[in-house]
Amino acid sequence: MAGSSYDALVIGAGHNGLACAAILAKAGQKTLILEANETAGGLAGTREFTAGFSAPMAHSAAALPKTMIDELKLSSYGLEVGPALETVGLSEDGQHVHVIGDTVTGATDADAAAYPEYRAKLQRYAKVLKPIWEATLPRIGASSLKEALIYAQGALKMRMLGKEDMSEFLRILTLPMRDLVDEVFEDPKLQAVLSWDGLIGSKMAPRSPNNAVLPMLLRLGGVHGGDHMVPKGGMGAITKALLAAAQKQGVEVRFGAPIKKVIVEGSEAGQKATGVELVNGEIISAPKVISSADPKTTFFDLVGAPAFDVQFASRIKRLRAQGYVARFNAALSGLPDVPGLDGLSGRYIIAPSFDAIEFAFDDAKYGDASQHPVMEVTFPSVHDASLAPEGKHVLSAHVMYAPHDERSDWSHDARIRFTKAIGDALERHMPGIGSLIIQAELLTPKDIAADYHVAGGHWHHGEMALDQMLMMRPTYHAAQYSTPLQGLYLCGAGTHPGGGITGLPGRNAARQILR
Amino acid sequence: MTTKPSMKAFTEQVTELPPGLSPVDNYAGERLMTSPFHERQAALNLRDSWEAWNGYKFANHYYDVEYEYICIRNLCGTYDITPMQKYLIEGPDAEAMLNRMVTRDVNKLKVGRVTYCCWCTDEGRMIDDGTIFKLDEGRYMLTSGSPSNAWLRMAAFGFENVTYVDKTDDIGALSFQGPMTCEVLKKMGFEGIDTLKPFGIMHFPFAGDTIMISRTGFTGDLGYELWITADKGLELWDALYEAGADYGIQPYGEAATSMARLEAGFILPYVEFAESLKTVHFKHDQTPFELGLGWLVDFKKPHFSGRAALLEEKKRGPGYVLTKIEIEGNKPAEESHLYRDKACRKEIGWVTSAMWSPVVKSNIALAMIQPKYLSGDIWAEISYKKEMKPRWKIAKCTVVDKPFYTPARAKATPPPKF
Repeated sequence: MAGSSYDALVIGAGHNGLACAAILAKAGQKTLILEANETAGGLAGTREFTAGFSAPMAHSAAALPKTMIDELKLSSYGLEVGPALETVGLSEDGQHVHVIGDTVTGATDADAAAYPEYRAKLQRYAKVLKPIWEATLPRIGASSLKEALIYAQGALKMRMLGKEDMSEFLRILTLPMRDLVDEVFEDPKLQAVLSWDGLIGSKMAPRSPNNAVLPMLLRLGGVHGGDHMVPKGGMGAITKALLAAAQKQGVEVRFGAPIKKVIVEGSEAGQKATGVELVNGEIISAPKVISSADPKTTFFDLVGAPAFDVQFASRIKRLRAQGYVARFNAALSGLPDVPGLDGLSGRYIIAPSFDAIEFAFDDAKYGDASQHPVMEVTFPSVHDASLAPEGKHVLSAHVMYAPHDERSDWSHDARIRFTKAIGDALERHMPGIGSLIIQAELLTPKDIAADYHVAGGHWHHGEMALDQMLMMRPTYHAAQYSTPLQGLYLCGAGTHPGGGITGLPGRNAARQILR
Repeated sequence: MTTKPSMKAFTEQVTELPPGLSPVDNYAGERLMTSPFHERQAALNLRDSWEAWNGYKFANHYYDVEYEYICIRNLCGTYDITPMQKYLIEGPDAEAMLNRMVTRDVNKLKVGRVTYCCWCTDEGRMIDDGTIFKLDEGRYMLTSGSPSNAWLRMAAFGFENVTYVDKTDDIGALSFQGPMTCEVLKKMGFEGIDTLKPFGIMHFPFAGDTIMISRTGFTGDLGYELWITADKGLELWDALYEAGADYGIQPYGEAATSMARLEAGFILPYVEFAESLKTVHFKHDQTPFELGLGWLVDFKKPHFSGRAALLEEKKRGPGYVLTKIEIEGNKPAEESHLYRDKACRKEIGWVTSAMWSPVVKSNIALAMIQPKYLSGDIWAEISYKKEMKPRWKIAKCTVVDKPFYTPARAKATPPPKF
């Protein structure tokens, strides 16, 4: 369109928006990123929650694939992959369970002996899925031979597992986490720890049927084969490197530029997205508008349901995208001394058993916050001293389950109750931590939705469930990054391969757009 | 209002009940509702020939199908369309919402006018057809053959200022069709009704209420549809039948309607088309292009639900097209297969509706035919019975472009006097 000075507008400077913009710009597209907040990163960014103290929203990364780091040359922009973090199942009596690499300590000998084989098996399966995870999955019924080969490649890899292993792969794909884990392991804390990564971020507990294993296998595709890591200099280094990579390619980034709506122009030739109108009234035109926002926000808030066909809008409306993870950030006057732990650079799970998670979920299933929440705790300031004033520290916890639902109105009282429950659990497992807390912040999914412009406050922009995954993410006719609205594209976690810090949705979107 | 079936007869029979039990109609929810005109219609239904439509009891025929048909074509008759679904759609976004839902451009519809329309799935398959009445700015009535609540709810999502209310049970509606209808309405005192143009709407005071009269119908002839508050139904009936007594007024049912509509070239659900949302098999439903309703699809609108799919369909061309044909002889080609050759080797389509038309004096039918064979020979394989003995014949068919029956009075304003 006349007067358009950009080839592409990317909505949101989250890690997927940055990855998408960087690749577009590299291909010569004049690209502008519009970010509502004042900093980049989105849910992968860093948040100053009280004066002098900041916490990364995602406090560790499991799924960041080496292919992304290499493709965007993130190493040359300062990203240095950190060592694998140990995951620790905390025990009130100091008898913790430690998991790192192939090693399990603190559980039974049988558990420790079984773990390497279990891990190797899952990694084999993750490799089978890798071509499918990383590629753009062709639209059903409309794929070329070349595109269909992506499925064939996956099928071939699966066949190459051998008959028995392939059958086993198919058997476990849709198991509940509990069934996957308790078949092999007996220690309750270890069981809880090993089920954790299949559940967190989703509306799921160990007994929830299907869907848990498949998304977990995605995370196994990361640099440490499933173990989490924090890059050198902290999680902020990922966003910094992506932003630098994008800017180096010529991407322009505007912060504090919230969008009022995507402009849709209609004529006898149909309708198409032709740009955006900012909240301040400014209009920016471009033939391609690429949203890293979640599908509901994109289709309903930024464009409006009436621009889409009735059944398509209805499918988007029906997407399950209610967040169940709250965020608890605390400014600490110092690090706690946790009995049985040597240093606090790991990832600490407070969930003593499957049932502890399941019971916490039961409350949330009916719309209430868990009375006895379970959580994953890290101390980001251990990895990145700049997050807190000298000598002081930051605690970051992902807490389950905190429903976004209408029933949980998150009144002042409800917030106090939930905060107290978190404090109690922390104090029991890290005695004395209460007295170290200077200031704390609770972000319910509702707060996350408001602060990060994510409908439902869902980590992954939508449940990672079979009906919302792969060539169906977020739903058919929008699952290949293009949408039914000409000129409008998706590049966020609401598209394949989905949530987690991978950058793959952003990269795949850019590739589709450039095709 | 609808009257619930009487419990009296049942309770009188049950003299001794187990203690603690009261007489209960186990089928209460299954019984058919009756329309505001039922009392009079039941008295005239000499054959007790009832069917069900959207949960209402309505007549297949009253006395004799052919007699009712002759009344439609030569005198006047009433057909109870109360069971047709009626929705009041209101609000500043009503027009935009309807425009997104239906394939036609609702912007072009003026206040006091009615338009025929259809709506489709995202895949461009037809869900239903109906009419939109523009009652006022931001105020519409939508009618449809089958309940559309669920679709309306989905179609209204995203529009903040629109409401839709199902008025089916609140409005009694009579289709009043035939050459004498205007005379009868004039006699009832609806002054100026003869100035009402086809697809126009007028309102008149009636029985302390307001009656809405639209010049619409399903017979292809002169006719009107009368819309009244349900509890004024009997008053309307009595006034109409009093005024119509000298004009041969007669109630007619579904069977006579089906004859008249075929002559007019109108389609029926589950005869010509399968409602897409209720169709199980892939593509056993139809697109508007297949049904010859391409003229309802307005691609000048930048968007409506199903637009992209219909544009594809238009480019590709439909696989079958609903076609009007005349068939030699006088044996109705009901359920006939159609062939390119007299030897019946190459099948090219099938008949959806067929009849001997008394008014056209021709053997007519609607048929789905592959468009590429429309220009060549078309043969129908007709099965029929003679004195119960099954027979068959091969008859030549001719494609007809215009509706079979189009009397000038259907479009004349004012209509001719009698």
